[in-house]
Amino acid sequence: MPVLQIRGLTHYFGGLRAVHDFNLDLEPGELVGIIGPNGAGKTTVFNLITGVYRPTEGEILFNGHNLVGKRSDQIVSLGIARTFQTIRLFKNLSVLDNVRIARFARMSYGVPAAMFRLPKYVREEAQTRERALELLDLMGLSEQATWVASSLPYGLQRRLEIARALATEPRLLLLDEPAAGMNPGEIAELMDLIQWIRRRFDLTIILIEHQMRVVMGICERIKVLDFGETIAEGTPAEIQNNPRVIEAYLGEEAVA
Amino acid sequence: MKQPSFSFLSRILAPLRAAYESLPPSVRRWTMPVLLVIFFIVALFSPAFINLYWQQVLIYVGINIILAASLNLVNGYMGEFSVGHAGFMAVGAYVASILTVWVFPRWGWGEYIPYLFPVALLVGGLAAGLTGLVIAFPSFRTRGDYLAIVTLAWNMIVKSVLENIDAIGGPRGFMGMQKLTSVAWVYVWVVITIYLLRNLVYSNFGRGTLSIREDEIASSLVSVDTRKVKITVFVVAAFFAGIAGGLFAHIIQFINPRSFSILKSTDVLVMVYLGGIGSLGGSILGATVYTVLLELLRPLQVWRWVVGPLLLVLLMIFRPRGIMGMQEWRFLVPREERVETLAALMERIRRKGEAVAAPAPVGGSSD
Repeated sequence: MPVLQIRGLTHYFGGLRAVHDFNLDLEPGELVGIIGPNGAGKTTVFNLITGVYRPTEGEILFNGHNLVGKRSDQIVSLGIARTFQTIRLFKNLSVLDNVRIARFARMSYGVPAAMFRLPKYVREEAQTRERALELLDLMGLSEQATWVASSLPYGLQRRLEIARALATEPRLLLLDEPAAGMNPGEIAELMDLIQWIRRRFDLTIILIEHQMRVVMGICERIKVLDFGETIAEGTPAEIQNNPRVIEAYLGEEAVA
Repeated sequence: MKQPSFSFLSRILAPLRAAYESLPPSVRRWTMPVLLVIFFIVALFSPAFINLYWQQVLIYVGINIILAASLNLVNGYMGEFSVGHAGFMAVGAYVASILTVWVFPRWGWGEYIPYLFPVALLVGGLAAGLTGLVIAFPSFRTRGDYLAIVTLAWNMIVKSVLENIDAIGGPRGFMGMQKLTSVAWVYVWVVITIYLLRNLVYSNFGRGTLSIREDEIASSLVSVDTRKVKITVFVVAAFFAGIAGGLFAHIIQFINPRSFSILKSTDVLVMVYLGGIGSLGGSILGATVYTVLLELLRPLQVWRWVVGPLLLVLLMIFRPRGIMGMQEWRFLVPREERVETLAALMERIRRKGEAVAAPAPVGGSSD
């Protein structure tokens, strides 16, 4: 049974059609890439899945739950996590706090328990502290745990954003251009990291990416969007030779 | 969070500090409780050696610490801009006063009123907390300037409503309260407030609150229930403002709607921003400095009211985060959250860590 089923997803910004009739069936463990020129509607698809926007039409089913109309935090606690095209860490907070915040929905103590330091609060906080540090250790950020997030170098900020997403304990991870602004060395490292977390945390992943090297290198299946329409779908090899894709990226003359 | 550095102070105190740190941890653990008890005893017997005027100033300092610390939760930690804190204070003040002046005597508890004072304060705080929901709901949809206007309106509504209820004196005000607020009582409430707020701030609600300030959308996308956090923060802040209001009513023994106008809210804002946003220590400092400053400036008469707004303007220009912005005094940080405790824990985790870690960053040599 598919993890994620998207049917006829359509979204308008006023009169502008950002996404039209987007369909996707995602099997557990798959790594699917979404590519397309700027403004093709890729990030909008992520925003629709995670409840930032409410779709004009269509349905999104995640493990049988209908996501349309749910709040972002509810969707995330069902097991979908994401990263952002431009890094959106909590800049003035520590690396550890960034990760701990992502465990908000996994903690069950209430406000009175926190204010009076009841045993439940003490226990859950200790557990979270330990889990978060373990995750940071695993992600190679143990040295920087008490640093302020904005003081991390760029590559590590990306890594922290992924760690923060993982802390919500997702089944499905949405990565929005994780390689943006990275140099070739960092990109190679990122590709290893994505494949490693996929195995380690048993994840299904959707990846939006402009760097063809990344998409072609690690995705099993690729969807191509242009002006909100799905213009092609297939394996990396099929996509690379698809005339409509070449046209979308390079213009009509290139095909002729 | 970093520790603030007051280098000249720390140099003077260095030998003392070294001596203190050579004590075994089991002894040091008791420092705070012992100090708190000593201060309480001093506060209890302060009427014997402090004159009435300075007692009153101390009480105002305490009340203002409670107000500033609770408003800091909204304006500093959550990054909203609430300018209606005096509205909540008014609710607490009137409810607590009605209890001690009318309700308790009518129930025949007149002689126990000094003992029932905390109950009256709590009920006043709860009533204020309930009205905190009034501000929490618009905050789901509006932020920044718009929410500031909503809270401003809230402050004015409270004042108008109080002015138009003749049963509680209308614009003439309400009186008949006994002088129940003492230095010792205020001290106790300050300690309780700071302790409870500190615990909240270092819980996941506190971190959720901070994340709303940093980036609300990202916050909800890492599973923070932003509505729940906002309701919590507004209600808790309003509750403590209500407590402060009750204490205030039982020291000046006469309240009228004008005591809780926007001017009062502005005073609290100055204390929060002067002391520093996102810092309880800052609020303690800001409230103390500002209250004492206004007392010392009494010779200026009316002109001293220029000091607050002027200070606020200068602060926004030269030090927008305030004296202690985003920093905290060490003794206010829970032991398990201190940098060295976390570092030790990290060390322990690293040593037992599994062999398969993520592909390491290329020597951390990014950018």
